[in-house]
Amino acid sequence: MSTVNFDLIFERTKTRRYLWDKLIVYVLFLCSAILLFMLFSILSHLVVHGISALNVGFFIHLPKPVGEPGGGMANAIVGTLTLLSLAVMFGVPIGLASGIYLNEYANYRFAQLIRFTTDVMNGIPSIVFGIFAYVICVVPMKTFSAFSGGIALGLMMIPMITRTTEQFVRMVPNQLREAGLALGAPKWRVIVDIVLPSSLGGIMTGIMVALARVAGETAPLLFTAFGNRFWHHNLMQPIAALPLQIFSYAISPYDDWHRQAWAGAIVLIIVVFAINLFSSLFVARRNKFLGGR
Amino acid sequence: MRNDTSDIFFKYFLALFPCLILLLVGGILYQLLSSSSLAIHKFGFKFFASRTWDPVIDEFGALPFIFGTCLTSFLALLIAVPIGVGSAIYLAEYAPSSVSKAISMLIDLLAAIPSVIYGLWGIFVLVPLMRNNVQPFLGKYLGFLPFFQGPNYGVGVLSASIILAIIIVPFIISISREVIMTVPKVYKEASYALGATRWETIQKVILAHAKVGIFGAIILALGRAIGETMAVTMIIGNNPNMTFSLFSPGYTLASVIANEFSEATSEMYLSALIEIGLVLFIVSIVVNILARLLIWTVTSGESLALKTGV
Repeated sequence: MSTVNFDLIFERTKTRRYLWDKLIVYVLFLCSAILLFMLFSILSHLVVHGISALNVGFFIHLPKPVGEPGGGMANAIVGTLTLLSLAVMFGVPIGLASGIYLNEYANYRFAQLIRFTTDVMNGIPSIVFGIFAYVICVVPMKTFSAFSGGIALGLMMIPMITRTTEQFVRMVPNQLREAGLALGAPKWRVIVDIVLPSSLGGIMTGIMVALARVAGETAPLLFTAFGNRFWHHNLMQPIAALPLQIFSYAISPYDDWHRQAWAGAIVLIIVVFAINLFSSLFVARRNKFLGGR
Repeated sequence: MRNDTSDIFFKYFLALFPCLILLLVGGILYQLLSSSSLAIHKFGFKFFASRTWDPVIDEFGALPFIFGTCLTSFLALLIAVPIGVGSAIYLAEYAPSSVSKAISMLIDLLAAIPSVIYGLWGIFVLVPLMRNNVQPFLGKYLGFLPFFQGPNYGVGVLSASIILAIIIVPFIISISREVIMTVPKVYKEASYALGATRWETIQKVILAHAKVGIFGAIILALGRAIGETMAVTMIIGNNPNMTFSLFSPGYTLASVIANEFSEATSEMYLSALIEIGLVLFIVSIVVNILARLLIWTVTSGESLALKTGV
């Protein structure tokens, strides 16, 4: 008759449990490592392929026809800046005012409704905004235009700006508001002269993040801004944009254009990353400064 | 507090803007509906069941695109969920704080890369790799499965799904990490006190507590995958066929709009494409409402927008 050795079983399972506990760390780390490798691969290819086509001419010349060497994306860079300015003019006032209203005036239920709507709006595919801008702008005006592209991008900025503005306005200590009110200022003066200036840095960061997100958007521009191989002369004309140009060059069959696409991609990604890094550093510092949210 | 006229005026002036947001979302729905009414009336529900997509005879059915969107999104989740949740656990529970911060920052960069650049990388790096190495390998060793048969172009459903997975994984990670961090410390300490190892604590305490939020993150990522346009359009091959071979070119709802919208010549053609846009809009709204409700139950209404960029 053998007896069951509980100690032995316990020791065995314990070893197995501890071994598994040690191993799983490497498995989990591997998951992160794969992603870091992907990031490295994308960035290194961008640099390797893009640098050779990146020169001064790239920034000051128009695209050349196939076969002619040289040429650049000057019009696309200016076009993207134009589109982003239009988007800011359209999206920032709506987002900013909504964010302030949500924190300063709105009752709980209305605020929750708007918060929910903006969060859902954030998830609407960008190409749907393109269709919307096409239907309300391009169809009545009978032409693709910079204006319609700006509307599509501006719409996409609204939810981001609303939520970040609300959060940063909420960070302003209530004592500041009370001090203003105690001095006899009406509430709107308190908001304009005290709340807004003290949260301006954060609000700007939110706007920058939203800008970085729409700067690389291609889908909503396909049938609004449409692209243009020459300079645009007014905002009611088709306009070139960096992401559009990258797209059309990438799917073209010409090696020379492929190189230009990589160069354009480098320019685009440097802009997007710079804005992102700057704003995340700012948010980190702000959170430390104010002791979290 | 004084309540003079200027104050009341300011309040109602500001109130116009959030109402405008509601109007805009309603307006998008209304415009999509009215612009696609031609196709809705002509095809009805047959639009979702028909495989014919023929601009010449004005016959349109969206089934191949729905199939393509479902297939690529499903595959992308299949790849992205284990990697994403695994990374989130590593970053929230295992990695030293400085390492975790650095990796999170890099993964945020991954989320910031515009999708057209993913497409560019896909065309010139991923597709050749798939054509010359990965797909022949899969065909050789797993070729008995229907998924890994057929001609090997490099562009196709599998490549598109991999790109999609890379695009959505940062969303899964950043939200899951936030959700995991909301698990109260005392729960973990109680579990350690009972003699559980770290991994057992993660499985039985942390994941049990955070699973609703993580599920929300996954649904949100699904919404992204369904709506993602440019990278998929550049990689998937744009061919409306319906096979289970992952090597074959496919087509998705978003990419058919991107490809054909500006060359749609007839009213009916345009209307059918806008109806596809309407489908995308409604699906993404439903998916997002579901995901937000799940995430909100965990984070109690606090937006993660600034922390996670979504």
